[in-house]
Amino acid sequence: MNTDMLSVAAAWKAAGEDVAIATVTETWGSSPRPTGSQLVVTKSGKLEGSVSGGCIEGAVAEAAVRTIESGVPQLLDFGVSNEQAWEVGLACGGKVKVFVERLA
Amino acid sequence: MTPETLAALTEARAAKRPVVLATRLTDGVQLLLPSDAASPDLNAAALRALDRDENATKEIDGAAWFLHAYAPPVRLVIVGAVHIAQSLVPMAAHLGVSLTVVDPRRSFATEDRFPNVTLMDDWPDEAMDKIAPDARTAIITLTHDPKLDDPALDRALKSEAFYIGSLGSKKTHAARLARLTALGHDEAALARIKGPVGLDIGAITAPEIALSILAEFIVYRRRLGKA
Repeated sequence: MNTDMLSVAAAWKAAGEDVAIATVTETWGSSPRPTGSQLVVTKSGKLEGSVSGGCIEGAVAEAAVRTIESGVPQLLDFGVSNEQAWEVGLACGGKVKVFVERLA
Repeated sequence: MTPETLAALTEARAAKRPVVLATRLTDGVQLLLPSDAASPDLNAAALRALDRDENATKEIDGAAWFLHAYAPPVRLVIVGAVHIAQSLVPMAAHLGVSLTVVDPRRSFATEDRFPNVTLMDDWPDEAMDKIAPDARTAIITLTHDPKLDDPALDRALKSEAFYIGSLGSKKTHAARLARLTALGHDEAALARIKGPVGLDIGAITAPEIALSILAEFIVYRRRLGKA
């Protein structure tokens, strides 16, 4: 298991993939992964790492593809206050902010 | 992230130079800190983040910045390429620490037994002088053998190592402390040695003992910079 997401991102980029990096920048309550946790996403659909216990990775990956296409970074906000808590929120009741950027 | 930033960050980490990747969350502007190009407040926040080994969003100069601390990995030095070390090493590898195993007995410290680990066959005091333990280094002795453990512990106590553990029963440990006292270490210094090493979880087998040792190591590792 490679725990260094930057090296994963760099390797995928070098292999010709379009890559985005998502990073947990803030947490409240019982969010499962600490700040600095990263998920690397490619436009072709590869994923490595995590920013939650698996609850929001899908939504983050979708946002990452948009950031890859537009080049514009995003700051995503997930939490139970979200109307769609059970779809893209955190079942644990925590809240996280996730910064998504393209690896140029 | 620009290719230049990624290259600079990768280079700093390869050189084990502590750096902070600062990202302005409103527009994604990034800086590698500390840097002459950054404001004094940003640089000060970066040094604090490194000291505390902490990734956090901070309000600086009127903007939200995410400070991602890339400190070099904590070093874990294991003295004694013994059976418990064979359980300890692969478990510790998952904790993201930089591992060194010291044992002058060459039939113990072999690459077959310890693949992908830095092995040193120097006598423990000489190995420790080369390793130069600092405040981000942990040292665990596992040999039970005074002529190997004691010189390592002597050097460990003279360093700022944040965790020092020594395998052995209460009786073994008492005898060990008496010998180290004779070497000139006082009570306060000796209290730094965790012995018997590890959290008391009733461990019996080598993997269980390894787990109890690493659990105790984590207690101290997570307190780094937060005293």
